[in-house]
Amino acid sequence: MLEKLISIIEEQLSVEGIEITEKTSFKDDLDADSLDLFEMAMAIEEAFEVEIPSEELEKITTVGSVIAYLKEKGIEA
Amino acid sequence: MLTGQVALVTGSARGIGREIAVKLASLGASVIVNYSGSEAAALETKAQIESLGGTAECMRCDVSDFAAAKELADNIIKKYGRLDILVNNAGITKDGLLMKMSEEDFDRVLDVNLKGAFNMIRHFSRNFLKQRSGKIINISSVSGVIGNAGQANYSASKAGLIGLTKSVARELASRGICVNAVAPGFIQTDMTANMSDSAKEGLTDMIPLGRIGDAKDVAEAVAFLAGVGGNYITGQVICVDGGMAI
Repeated sequence: MLEKLISIIEEQLSVEGIEITEKTSFKDDLDADSLDLFEMAMAIEEAFEVEIPSEELEKITTVGSVIAYLKEKGIEA
Repeated sequence: MLTGQVALVTGSARGIGREIAVKLASLGASVIVNYSGSEAAALETKAQIESLGGTAECMRCDVSDFAAAKELADNIIKKYGRLDILVNNAGITKDGLLMKMSEEDFDRVLDVNLKGAFNMIRHFSRNFLKQRSGKIINISSVSGVIGNAGQANYSASKAGLIGLTKSVARELASRGICVNAVAPGFIQTDMTANMSDSAKEGLTDMIPLGRIGDAKDVAEAVAFLAGVGGNYITGQVICVDGGMAI
């Protein structure tokens, strides 16, 4: 799952040459603004066939928190 | 030219909306003619567009209904795969002095005129973000700029549209999406036809250019913003009012 997420993040946030781990923070490490996060969430929704309600977006601050969120929704792949 | 672009004009069965739909279609856009009640009039708009060699389709939706607005947006994206121009024109009036205005009349005007625009922008925002382009044009009113006695509900909704325009313009600017408002003055339409001659005369005196506007005057401004002319304009209110709001 991490690899799939990383490729989505790299594409959505136009990140290159930065190591992305579960601890990576979207705002602090990748300089993402709220619109970036929204777009990334849209891409994740499509890739994992899940719906992320707007109020849940606030919980998503790091790569690890996305994984935790997806697992909570029963997505493992 | 707008060749290859898809445009939705809400409330385009009649009046200003119809002229906007016809104008955008004449520039090559595929136009979705949205209407709420007047199907026959919407079909007339479509026929007018087709007689000029344009492409149009009618879609019914009460834009004040959040769920119905989503369905309209979903249907358009499903069918056309994109939306380039969104014109939030659908509007109603329920005029009366504030002292006598019912809660229902206030709410309904706000629901259609202001919330309707929010609903459409909300449901198309994903599409616009993904495209990284798009033109959103909200039809406000001079009544929302300078106020108008007897239109507390209408002018509040139209002033609200200006606030909505400016905020959304700021939110979406980084993605190349332009959001503007056009504020028509006194325009000859069905909406204004019911006014008494003396009221019309009094209004004409307030118009520096000395004449009542035509819906085509408004359509020209919308077409400008929708086309390349509007590529570097966002968050603005263009008054098409013969100088009323000077």
